[in-house]
Amino acid sequence: MKKTNTNIILEPSVSSKKWCLFIVITISIFFVSLFLGRMTISPDTVLKVLGKNLLMLPIEPDWEQSIEIAVMRIRLPRAIIASIVGAGLSMSGAAFQGMFHNPLVSPFILGVSAGASVGAALGLIMEQSLMVVQLLSFCFGILAVVLTYLTAKIYKTTPILMLVLAGTVVSAFFQAMLSLIKFLADTEDKLPAITFWLMGSMGSVSMEDLPFALLPMGISMAALFLVRWRLNVFSMGEQEAKSLGLNTEVLKILIIVCTTLITATSVAFCGVIGWVGLVIPHLCRMLVGPDHKNLIPATILMGATYLLIIDNLSRLLSAAEVPIGILTAVVGAPIFAYLLRKTKGGWN
Amino acid sequence: MQPIVSVSNVSFAYQNKQVLRNINLDIYEGETVCLLGPNGCGKTTLLNCIHNTLQIQQGRILICGRDVKTYSITELARLMGYVFQEHNAPFPYTSLEVVRMGRTPHLGFFQSPSEQDTEFAYSIMDELGIAHLAAKRYTNISGGERQLVLIARTLCQEPKIILFDEPTSHLDYKNQALVLHILKKLSQRGITVIMTSHFPNHVWNLGDKVAMIGYSGFVAMGHVEEVMTEEYLSSTYGVNVRIYDVVKNGEIKRFCSPELEL
Repeated sequence: MKKTNTNIILEPSVSSKKWCLFIVITISIFFVSLFLGRMTISPDTVLKVLGKNLLMLPIEPDWEQSIEIAVMRIRLPRAIIASIVGAGLSMSGAAFQGMFHNPLVSPFILGVSAGASVGAALGLIMEQSLMVVQLLSFCFGILAVVLTYLTAKIYKTTPILMLVLAGTVVSAFFQAMLSLIKFLADTEDKLPAITFWLMGSMGSVSMEDLPFALLPMGISMAALFLVRWRLNVFSMGEQEAKSLGLNTEVLKILIIVCTTLITATSVAFCGVIGWVGLVIPHLCRMLVGPDHKNLIPATILMGATYLLIIDNLSRLLSAAEVPIGILTAVVGAPIFAYLLRKTKGGWN
Repeated sequence: MQPIVSVSNVSFAYQNKQVLRNINLDIYEGETVCLLGPNGCGKTTLLNCIHNTLQIQQGRILICGRDVKTYSITELARLMGYVFQEHNAPFPYTSLEVVRMGRTPHLGFFQSPSEQDTEFAYSIMDELGIAHLAAKRYTNISGGERQLVLIARTLCQEPKIILFDEPTSHLDYKNQALVLHILKKLSQRGITVIMTSHFPNHVWNLGDKVAMIGYSGFVAMGHVEEVMTEEYLSSTYGVNVRIYDVVKNGEIKRFCSPELEL
């Protein structure tokens, strides 16, 4: 009897019913994303195409080849990348907010987006292939975080405050580099290409790209998921966490490596998608409470759902695709403002 | 008998400001030791050195006969808990969750606390008489209650030694009494307690030993009756301190007070 008691006390707001609801919502939105598109394809045709290609069901194709291409090679990879990037960014945001024991930290605080932007801009200005642009972007994102880490390192420790300050400095430096590249870029075609790339899009991800995105993000997300309870301890502050027997330097490196892999990969494939990593963890805290044991799984589901919805809007709002970076801010900022007003800044 | 904490010839300086000079202190298992001294004399610094949060530059600190610097963070947390002065938690965890964090040193790196750990945390809260706080948000309870939750969290580590930094400093009379009562309970359980305090009067109630630190190092160290004298107190605090004995209902109560004329 006592067992149920303590369970209720720990987090009264999260029942298994709630989890089921979250999971059902995420999966439904995923399928809705496959049904929606410029080309009108009926849901049952989409399901049949998926059944034939993914589950190898013996279904006779009664649809045109173009429909199969639209579903399997355009909509499916796009929905997959949108869910994993949404989940990854939200999870990274939650992990960083716990680690920096500050609820206003975004996953880009260590400079990864600024670095990745410079990498991509360099690739675009040198007229490299998409793959080279993505690779450069990924490497520069990592480079920026390494620079931040080395700048923040004092003796054998990297105090949290130093990390934030170093991240700001490194971000500012890479922003300046980006401005320089834009300034030098040909205004006819290169500058628009850079600007457009920076606003983000899910459109350039093909089925062949998916493994390269899923592998680093999947492994990092799994690792973060496993240490999620330790984030509670870490969020009490570094000195206290240490006194409780938490090796903060090891956990810090693990978190930084994982979030950097997630964010660098997502920026390399989809451009800079802001706000997701800031807003979703807050939204989840209101739904499931601050305990990272529940918060992290919730950010995965909510983040995926949110970015799927945003990506659908981006595809369908107008004839030309609206860059996703604009939409996340346009939708995210008012939500965040509303949450701030409603909770008056305290997340109780 | 081997002391559980042995501080020998310890000196410590922040940059170029010398704070501790040649401190020697032997503490045996089960003792309650109060560190008294004026503001800025290095009481908390000494506590942090024993906890290895600050690395000493000179001398040696042995915990259970082993140099404190050779312990891993986890090993040390199983042996020694630290109740910090009040602090702000950024997220509104439930108090039970905060107490349960004390299980950290007993869990593997990828492990979360089990139901047994939760039960254990709850039983400790029950024992300290704060089970009713378990479901409350840690950010919404009073300072005194928070102090009790932090003590419960430290007990959750199952340490042999607990360090307290000013356990009663921000508390009102009722909460002071509660914390002092719990400190007594801890020493009855055989836990070694090392605490700093701004209230010399508390020492008569709970201390086995007192260490008085003045600005120029140790003034005195020993059992309460030997050390709590007007002479030592006065030279520790740099102001004349008088000790009074008051008899009420046949019970003698001793307390001290500084002379207000300087």
